[in-house]
Amino acid sequence: MMKTLIWVEHDNTSVKDATLSVITAAAKLGEVTALVAGSDCAAIAEETAKIAGVSKVLKADDAAYANALAENIAPLIADLMGSYDAFLAPATTTGKNISPRVAALLDVMQISDILSVEGPKTFTRPVYAGNAIATVESTDAKLVITVRGTAFDKAEATGGSASVEDVSGPGDAGLASFVGAEIATLERPELTSAKIIVSGGRALRDAETFESVITPLADKLGAGIGASRAAVDAGYVPNDYQVGQTGKIVAPEVYIAIGISGAIQHLAGMKDSKTIIAINKDEEAPIFQVADIGLVSDLFTAVPELCEKL
Amino acid sequence: MKALVCVKRVLDYNVTPRVKPDGSGVDLTNVKMSMNPFDEIAVEEAVRLKEKGVVTEIIAVSIGPDKAQETLRTALAMGVDRAILVQTDDTVEPLAVAKIVKGVADAEQPGLLITGKQAIDDDSNQTGQMLAALMNRPQGTFANELTVEGEHVVVKREIDGGLETVKLALPAIITTDLRLNEPRYASLPNIMKAKKKPLEIKTPADFGVDTQPRIKTLKVSEPPTRAAGVKVADVDELVAKLKALGVA
Repeated sequence: MMKTLIWVEHDNTSVKDATLSVITAAAKLGEVTALVAGSDCAAIAEETAKIAGVSKVLKADDAAYANALAENIAPLIADLMGSYDAFLAPATTTGKNISPRVAALLDVMQISDILSVEGPKTFTRPVYAGNAIATVESTDAKLVITVRGTAFDKAEATGGSASVEDVSGPGDAGLASFVGAEIATLERPELTSAKIIVSGGRALRDAETFESVITPLADKLGAGIGASRAAVDAGYVPNDYQVGQTGKIVAPEVYIAIGISGAIQHLAGMKDSKTIIAINKDEEAPIFQVADIGLVSDLFTAVPELCEKL
Repeated sequence: MKALVCVKRVLDYNVTPRVKPDGSGVDLTNVKMSMNPFDEIAVEEAVRLKEKGVVTEIIAVSIGPDKAQETLRTALAMGVDRAILVQTDDTVEPLAVAKIVKGVADAEQPGLLITGKQAIDDDSNQTGQMLAALMNRPQGTFANELTVEGEHVVVKREIDGGLETVKLALPAIITTDLRLNEPRYASLPNIMKAKKKPLEIKTPADFGVDTQPRIKTLKVSEPPTRAAGVKVADVDELVAKLKALGVA
């Protein structure tokens, strides 16, 4: 039975959802120990101990581990890995920042962004922006893996009763310091956890039109708002709205693509959505090749009408 | 201060990759190859830092086949001063790339090492972080903005919920995100000038690095396709479908 160590992503308020998918992936390999690193993170450790499938929680409470600086956290994980066979982290920006640093410290080639566990050392992962899926096998003594959250079910947040053990590490490496963050405060669901997403493309013309067309529909549905890279590049919305290979990978219950043609780049970020709905006036738009429900219509009349009739 | 940039020759981002029928990989015969777009951003950032007087010399390194010389010439035409090709026809994984680049950095002693956040072929997103670990230096990944302030570099990073700012002691490793800058096109005179700039050829063995892959690719396949669904005639029908889904 393999022993796995997973890194718990949190903001000191709650455990991030992506962690729950990592636990599901890790449980396919073996026993799951969860590392909660942070400053004053006892509440997060308690929350983690309740997650189904976690057999032990390691708590590394140190000011150096606040803000998840890779320079400080990676050596802590590398030290702990003496007792584990596999390390797994979410393929979020923070997970992707830390995990390869751990891999290099262990002299292991990381397997990035896994979509499935095929065997004890065999996984599938997307390459070429999801245009191809590679089945890969590690030959390293230990595994270092990042997990695509949308590819695995989330472990139940309750039901577990793991013990919490304190651990300590090398602390502050003295290389980097955290200055601050500008976190977009959204009144609506965050894209990666939204059940419904309304997304707009270049056809929305400008920032004002994007707001006046997309927002009322999203409000009505309690949906998150996304955008194509074209809409972001054109400045209609800030970059954290971007859905796609170079933006966020989402898989909501319902994804409504409005005025989005469906470039490969965009499809790579949303094609795992359960139901895709497309509204576009161009009947030939590639988005219709992946949409479950398509409406060929001018969005400027269709969307307000839809809003009114819902 | 010197800057070292890493560039990779990859399938051009406008070309749709085709999976080989035998499942051994993606077909790269007779297709357009270009510099990895994130690496172009790395080159551009280094050139801008030199234009600002922050950086004095820019060295580009690429690890790959003989043809990667073209990629390095592009970097030279954009404003890089000299180039190093670590020539190999083998697939070199990020860990081995990081070890080779560390070898180059040990010799060149750059203050900034700038790489793309990921290559658009294997989408690993590892090399910069691994390089930082091997050199025991700080990392500013997914950079949106960077400012050199004395012995430090302040990096604004793109993170899931927005932006984060970190202050790193130099030398530091930076990986670029899309919005860091918009790379320039090389002008014809600069393309001509680039042909005369120094380009040194090395091998992985010169750096004592074993490039034997650690990961075996068992097969490469097409992603599962999603079948097209139905088209509805009007908004009323769409509303009915949405209601059936329990959305409204």
